[in-house]
Amino acid sequence: MAQNFAHPEVLVETDWADQHKSDSNVRIVEVDVDTEAYKQGHIPGAVGWNWQTQLSDSVRRDLVPKAELEILLSESGIDNNTTILLYGDNNNWFSAWAFWQLKIYGHKDVRLMDGGRKKWIAEGRSLTTDIPSVPRQIYKSAEPDFSLRAYLSDLMKTVGNGEKAALVDVRSFDEYTGKILSPPGLPETCQRGGHVPAAVSVPWGKNVNDDGTFKSVDDLKKIYEPLGVKPDKEVVAYCRIGERSSLTWFVLKYLLGYKSVKNYDGSWTEWGNLVNAPVVRGERA
Amino acid sequence: MSTLIPQEYRERTEAVPPFKMHIVSYKLGDKYFCTVDNVDPGANIARAEGSTRENAEANATAKARARLEYSATRIQQV
Repeated sequence: MAQNFAHPEVLVETDWADQHKSDSNVRIVEVDVDTEAYKQGHIPGAVGWNWQTQLSDSVRRDLVPKAELEILLSESGIDNNTTILLYGDNNNWFSAWAFWQLKIYGHKDVRLMDGGRKKWIAEGRSLTTDIPSVPRQIYKSAEPDFSLRAYLSDLMKTVGNGEKAALVDVRSFDEYTGKILSPPGLPETCQRGGHVPAAVSVPWGKNVNDDGTFKSVDDLKKIYEPLGVKPDKEVVAYCRIGERSSLTWFVLKYLLGYKSVKNYDGSWTEWGNLVNAPVVRGERA
Repeated sequence: MSTLIPQEYRERTEAVPPFKMHIVSYKLGDKYFCTVDNVDPGANIARAEGSTRENAEANATAKARARLEYSATRIQQV
């Protein structure tokens, strides 16, 4: 990485992925919004994880439980020393979400492929539909580190604490204002539109260039700091269900090096369905 | 392991007022694949495959157009 990122080790280029796709110390994992995309063709040797069935507890609407994560990683040929390289569609939305969960569960070496699936395909790199046969490993997760996760109660404390805290709404501006209740073409998951009071609007797409790669540190700072999203603050990012905000969490924590950043995965699907919760409609109050 | 090289990668944008759709298509082996996202915020909303690019794009954009047209009826006054 030519960029001066705070933690450059967590981001690799497509070239690096291409060179390491047969490296036994590296497990490449595709995690897509579109859970069928992997079957259409993936990086040779990559395993595919389904975010809906393998990376979440769909009954409790929660993270994947520790015991299930251990099974998933073990069956994916991953042990505690494996480098996990994640990539996916939609500029790595759900691969960033997987990254966030793997950090919660304490995996040391997790990386994202800059530009994701789109860049790999646009560059004409090889794909396969073959499912790799990987040797089972034994994976033992750490106890979850929930300092990376914001709950509703954390968000309630953040509201009105602008001097110490910053809240970033990463949805589109039309979702932020309440003009639309979900991204166009997708199901609505909330009762009301708008945003959490004091949240600033920084749509996730501002983090990336046209080719899907992340912007430079200087460009990212110019986006966040004028809005009060500064390194000395306790920052919480949210979106609709927590995956777009995982990407922004990744940017703030690993590319810009902010010390305290949390992802509120309850996001607008939780806040926008609460009874008697403060909501701002239109532009920032 | 058999591998294929994606070819004929193409991107374009079409309007579905008041929204837009971003159409990506490419050839892999003897099939064409097409995905459509909603530009802002860039979420995938439709996908199709076909024996020709035109066929894949027509199927994917038809699904995407229907979904966006429904969303247009849900716009709120703010």
